[in-house]
Amino acid sequence: MTDETFEPKIIAFLCNWCTYTGADLAGTSRLQYPPNVRIIRLMCSGAVDPIYVLKADLAGADGILIGGCHPGDCHYQEGNYKARRRVVTMKEILKNAGFDEERIWLRWISASEGQRFAETIREMTAALKEKGPNPMKSTWAV
Amino acid sequence: MHTSLAVRDRNTLGTLQDFLKSLLEKGIVEALLVPMRTPAGGISPALVMDPKLLSEADPFAPVLPVNGATLAGQLSVREPRVKVGVILRSCELRALVELSKVQQANLSSLVTISVDCAGTYSVPNYQRAISSNQKHASNSWQKLFRLATDTPGQPDPSLRSACKICEQPVYEDADIIIELHGTDFEQEIGLTTTDELSAKLGMAPTQGNDRAIVMDKLVKARSALRDSEFAAIRSRLEGAEGINGVFVSCIRCHNCMTVCPICYCKTCVFKSAVFDHEPMQYVNWAKQKGALRMPADTMLFHLTRLNHMVLSCVGCGMCTEACPTELPVGIVFRAIGQRIQSVFEYAPGRNPEEKLPLITFKADEWTEVGE
Repeated sequence: MTDETFEPKIIAFLCNWCTYTGADLAGTSRLQYPPNVRIIRLMCSGAVDPIYVLKADLAGADGILIGGCHPGDCHYQEGNYKARRRVVTMKEILKNAGFDEERIWLRWISASEGQRFAETIREMTAALKEKGPNPMKSTWAV
Repeated sequence: MHTSLAVRDRNTLGTLQDFLKSLLEKGIVEALLVPMRTPAGGISPALVMDPKLLSEADPFAPVLPVNGATLAGQLSVREPRVKVGVILRSCELRALVELSKVQQANLSSLVTISVDCAGTYSVPNYQRAISSNQKHASNSWQKLFRLATDTPGQPDPSLRSACKICEQPVYEDADIIIELHGTDFEQEIGLTTTDELSAKLGMAPTQGNDRAIVMDKLVKARSALRDSEFAAIRSRLEGAEGINGVFVSCIRCHNCMTVCPICYCKTCVFKSAVFDHEPMQYVNWAKQKGALRMPADTMLFHLTRLNHMVLSCVGCGMCTEACPTELPVGIVFRAIGQRIQSVFEYAPGRNPEEKLPLITFKADEWTEVGE
């Protein structure tokens, strides 16, 4: 289902040291990317409790992006590795509970990868347009 | 070492009570956490120090009012500690191992005593049986063990739903294992223990019993029952109904979380000020979707709880018992839990040394998830 007028809303949880700084670089470099993302800065991707992601999903966010440092580059040594296991768990739970786990993306984007951040948002926006709105948007009984 | 207790006058429970007394009298433990018959006729776990009172101990009573892992945690979590013997069923011991991994119990100060289980009734069902026929109800464990041996695929239909599909009715890693499956329990109680403990107790090795054969059949039969229950709930979860439909009548009382042995947080975020929303917040949410289910955040509660504890879910089914709207909480958590546990090749309660999957990692795993 492709809805021409549908503009997906992405909630992005970005780590302070890499992906948030990468997003900042995309801005200061004047890179163009779709305005569909709402960014929430955290200190580390390992600080993303599943409850934040689930809240966004159940409230009707079309996509959720978790951005962290590349493996091996975590400011706190291993936060991103733990985030990865948590995301694996969360996706598996959502899949088994009848949700679309493909709305959740985990990406490693460093502070110098402004280009990659812009590209990720473009890619994600396009994929979500293809998918259509999150059914939770119109589901009040949750 | 495998040994056994000779049953006197076909009084299996009396023989076990004498054994428990000897644990206190010989100083092997200073206190025992054990299910006791209360003066009113019910069953309640108690911390017993006076050996005389053990004539009321009844670890065989087929009822599980609380998962004793929480209690064993309370008795061992902080210094100073005394040596406490904890008499628990398999699901309780597996939960205890999980609690020890999050520093909510200390296994080194406990003597774990595992008692074979053939299933338990809900507290109200057990209470009713007791009030109608005291003698029969307290001996109903014998019937359950015979059923487990003779027709393992057809458990007593009035057992708790979690027990009917329990494929781990015995726990083999305890300090002392009290064996009833595969034994002629009117003649003897099987006992496996460490060499050190058996020396202290002055017990001699005896021949093995039919336990392995009986257990093999029982585990296979219960696994098959479990799988058909899993298939039934999964078709609901993955179908149009979804988890939302399954939990449609949840009143967010938090009973499932309160009785869960794995949910150890003193203040759950769902009981904290985080969820004391302003009136306008509810109105804004209702505006977004046209309506807001209340109490709000019901699915968020269940999905978050799944994320926080399901890797450690031992399937004791306390949550199902505690649900006032009779939702199938336990089977949902077990069915989803099994999938996640197998992703990490993790079995809750298997080994105290095994790390919880979410506190450890490998550098080169799931590279396709984070790109």
